[in-house]
Amino acid sequence: MNHLLRSHAPISDEGWALIDEEARQRLTPGLAARRLVDFGGPHGWTHSATSLGRVEAVGPVAEGVDVRRRRVLPLVELRAPFAISRDELRDGDRGAADVDLDDLDRAAQRLAEAENAAVFHGAPEDGITGIVPASPHPEIELGADPATYAAAVAHAVDLLKRNGLEGPYGLALSREEWTRVVETSEHGGYPLFEHLALILGGPIVWAPGVRGAVALSLRGGDFLFDAGQDIAIGYEGHDADAVALYLEESFSFRSVTPEAAVAIGSA
Amino acid sequence: MGFDQYHEPPEELGPEARTIARVFASLTEEAEAINWYEQRLAIEQDAEARDVIADARHEEYKHFAMDLELLLRRRPEWRAIAEGILFRAGSITANADAAEAESEDGAAQPDDPGGSLGIGSLRGS
Repeated sequence: MNHLLRSHAPISDEGWALIDEEARQRLTPGLAARRLVDFGGPHGWTHSATSLGRVEAVGPVAEGVDVRRRRVLPLVELRAPFAISRDELRDGDRGAADVDLDDLDRAAQRLAEAENAAVFHGAPEDGITGIVPASPHPEIELGADPATYAAAVAHAVDLLKRNGLEGPYGLALSREEWTRVVETSEHGGYPLFEHLALILGGPIVWAPGVRGAVALSLRGGDFLFDAGQDIAIGYEGHDADAVALYLEESFSFRSVTPEAAVAIGSA
Repeated sequence: MGFDQYHEPPEELGPEARTIARVFASLTEEAEAINWYEQRLAIEQDAEARDVIADARHEEYKHFAMDLELLLRRRPEWRAIAEGILFRAGSITANADAAEAESEDGAAQPDDPGGSLGIGSLRGS
């Protein structure tokens, strides 16, 4: 047994399979960062820091002996608790096809949003500098008129190319921006989504937790997500009515080439 | 046209099973290529030819490792067992026995040492 303590939970193997599969299905659509940045690991729960390959001087401890301290980026842990009714789990064991896992679904949504927000906007108090605050480029303004969208994205791609950053390029869109893009047709009825895809040469990603839009190079090596424990479900406790569980992951994130991304802000 | 990587009728297999089957086929091909290059190097005397063959073998090492890593990412239970065996000092068979025992002890299913949902990278998906 490991730190997730799953075997302590009053959940059958079939119940765990149901819960794990539901979590995978609910998490995958929203984990936008994993579609756009480099993913390293998973290195396991005991992995606590990402090596940066750098040192800092801390002064001599003895005459003639210099000391340097290795710099590392600590991993952060994200945890999203949820509960499942034990009656529902029993019904699942009986073969019910409509087991109520709504609380798990909400937790999956929260975790995906938190992961995206950390990667794109950062969490300074946790040592994560997100893609947007790290980018040296001024934010490209996006007017209320959808007709300006393609020009704004083309401007972002042009900016990346002028900085010598090869494509293909990807675009992360907030929920609001994604809806705006997919429901817009340009003059002549050409879908905006397809026009943007032609400009980018890479994926347009629905990214809950992201504000506005972010265009970035997908050439690789620029944005590094380092996973310790990849997303897992653990056991917290239970009573006669419900089992308390949680979704958990640990990771670090760093922008190695901050100029490889451009933020596009909506008006 | 044959599709030898499939043991079962391909039309009955889902997309994930077909992807896994393709990567298993690649893994096998890379291992075969390494074996061929090993044998060629064992008998080749020409130094320049040896350099070229060794370089090719070096590439296959990388390909084999990438295929294996992809499969392990998609199969957390397998990964958990592999973690008890790969890159560890000591007796390979003793490590394997310990990893297997830990797995059968209920630690691997449903509570394997990694325990993750196996989502990993979603690039290209």
